[in-house]
Amino acid sequence: MPEVIPENSVGIVTPQVIQFDEPLTLACGRTLDQYQLVIETYGELNDSASNAILICHALSGHHHAAGYHSTDDIKPGWWDNHIGPGKPFDTNQFFVVCLNNLGGCHGSTGPNSINPITGQPWGPDFPPLRVRDWVESQARLADRLGIQQWAAVVGGSLGGMQVMRWALEYPERIRHAVVIASAMKLSAQNIAFNEIARNAIKSDPDFRDGHYLENQTLPRNGLGQARMIGHITYLSDELMGDKFGRELRSGSFQRGQDTPIEFQVESYLHYQGDAFANTFDANTYLLMTKALDYFDLAREYNNDPVAAFRHASCNFLVVSFSTDWRFAPERSREIVEALIAANKNVSYAAIDSNLGHDAFLLPNKRYENVLSAYMNRIAAEVVSQ
Amino acid sequence: MTIRIDLDIIQQWIKPCSRVLDLGCGDGALLKLLKQQKQVEGYGLEIDPDKITACIANGVNVLETDLDQGLTQFADKSFDTVVMTQALQAMRYPHLVLDEMLRVGQECVVTFPNFGNWRARFYLLTHGRMPVTKQLTYQWYDTPNIHFCTVNDFEALCTEKHIRVLHREFVASHQPDQQIKGIWPNLFSETAIYHLSK
Repeated sequence: MPEVIPENSVGIVTPQVIQFDEPLTLACGRTLDQYQLVIETYGELNDSASNAILICHALSGHHHAAGYHSTDDIKPGWWDNHIGPGKPFDTNQFFVVCLNNLGGCHGSTGPNSINPITGQPWGPDFPPLRVRDWVESQARLADRLGIQQWAAVVGGSLGGMQVMRWALEYPERIRHAVVIASAMKLSAQNIAFNEIARNAIKSDPDFRDGHYLENQTLPRNGLGQARMIGHITYLSDELMGDKFGRELRSGSFQRGQDTPIEFQVESYLHYQGDAFANTFDANTYLLMTKALDYFDLAREYNNDPVAAFRHASCNFLVVSFSTDWRFAPERSREIVEALIAANKNVSYAAIDSNLGHDAFLLPNKRYENVLSAYMNRIAAEVVSQ
Repeated sequence: MTIRIDLDIIQQWIKPCSRVLDLGCGDGALLKLLKQQKQVEGYGLEIDPDKITACIANGVNVLETDLDQGLTQFADKSFDTVVMTQALQAMRYPHLVLDEMLRVGQECVVTFPNFGNWRARFYLLTHGRMPVTKQLTYQWYDTPNIHFCTVNDFEALCTEKHIRVLHREFVASHQPDQQIKGIWPNLFSETAIYHLSK
């Protein structure tokens, strides 16, 4: 953490755990009798509860989106660039809610939690989840917080899928949908990358068919490899070239030298993989990537996205990034075209960035201007209500 | 937000509660006006990042789009009116853009600076150089306006393409041009405003 908390930071934040005892029937047909969600909130809910924003996290995200948990923290929350006083999601104007989704591994009920029936961790027996299950649990969270209607539901990547599902499932509970670097469904290539990642985890001997907790092992290698594969798809070729090129971390190509050669990019990927393996749960990773693969916005609407979006009544902002090849701008344009054909209010910005899919998490002047302009309009609506 | 005179003229031709597509919508001034005064629903297409942000700030639907790529994302006759103000001359293929506008819209409205205006002619005659005027401040080498035309040129294109002219209006900012622009628009109007259908 910086020595002095910057003025535009939400500062020190404390997560809250919220217990739900009303059974939740999931898309798979199974029921969670009770569950917990860990959340963080920033800013103040106004008297009419009309200034609330829900932030939906992506594959490896969690509830800690902004600020610091303690003065010892090195890094702030994952979207601290965009949430805080005077930032696009301005905590002087809005009450910002972020949660760790069900099935996560940062405090919400998930594969690491104890299954009350067996007294053992759920592990691989945790029910498979769909994006709609998250939306359902988020709606119950909104009830608990006294929020009848979100001023906006916001998310990037897998988070954007939750936003779109919100717009269709609860049209009366969302005024604005901000869908960033997302897609109405994954491509075959996307699913293929996810399957390689899952395969890396499952092939780790320490995975033990998902029962690693009981066996006191952790599939660190597999999870690390899964992250390395994923990480490549989050970056652009251009960025990797700029950042690492063919620079060597150790060794030399000089004749007569027999030392092992390691490229900078190799070392970087290993670092990313190791760091992730220490903080993330393998069963959660499998669950989240499956939810991502299975998501198909228009499946139940006869595969017609226009018919799907006719159910929405909120306004939309759609944002894409030029070098994002995991959720390419073309995917965002498909969303926009379906919204236009469904006669919905939508604005679309195609941001130039060399940062690939990860651009949605990182600072970018134009991206911030677009988000700020849109959110300021929403803030003005909230005030005039 | 400045409301140009041509926007006032255009809005007479837009039906209340209709669906409008505004090509090269700038900061969204026209769509904002139409939304307030005629409850029009619509989208603006724009490519300039700052103008896109301005549209969003104005509460106007804006879609980042390169108009030279065509309007393939829009179905035939999916809008009541397609508008393009002061941008036709900046298109790479203005005649194809016009075709696209008439495909997507039931009607369309086009405004453009009249290069046949006597001030432009006089500038060229006396200076022997490409006209630089109050409205058209660019030099020939840095102008985004790559396809200038005159009122007569545009009329000829409409005839050639069998485009029906529903209304035509001409704007001049000076006296006595304002009095006589109706008699000889190709010489005295600065801006031409056409309401078209196919």
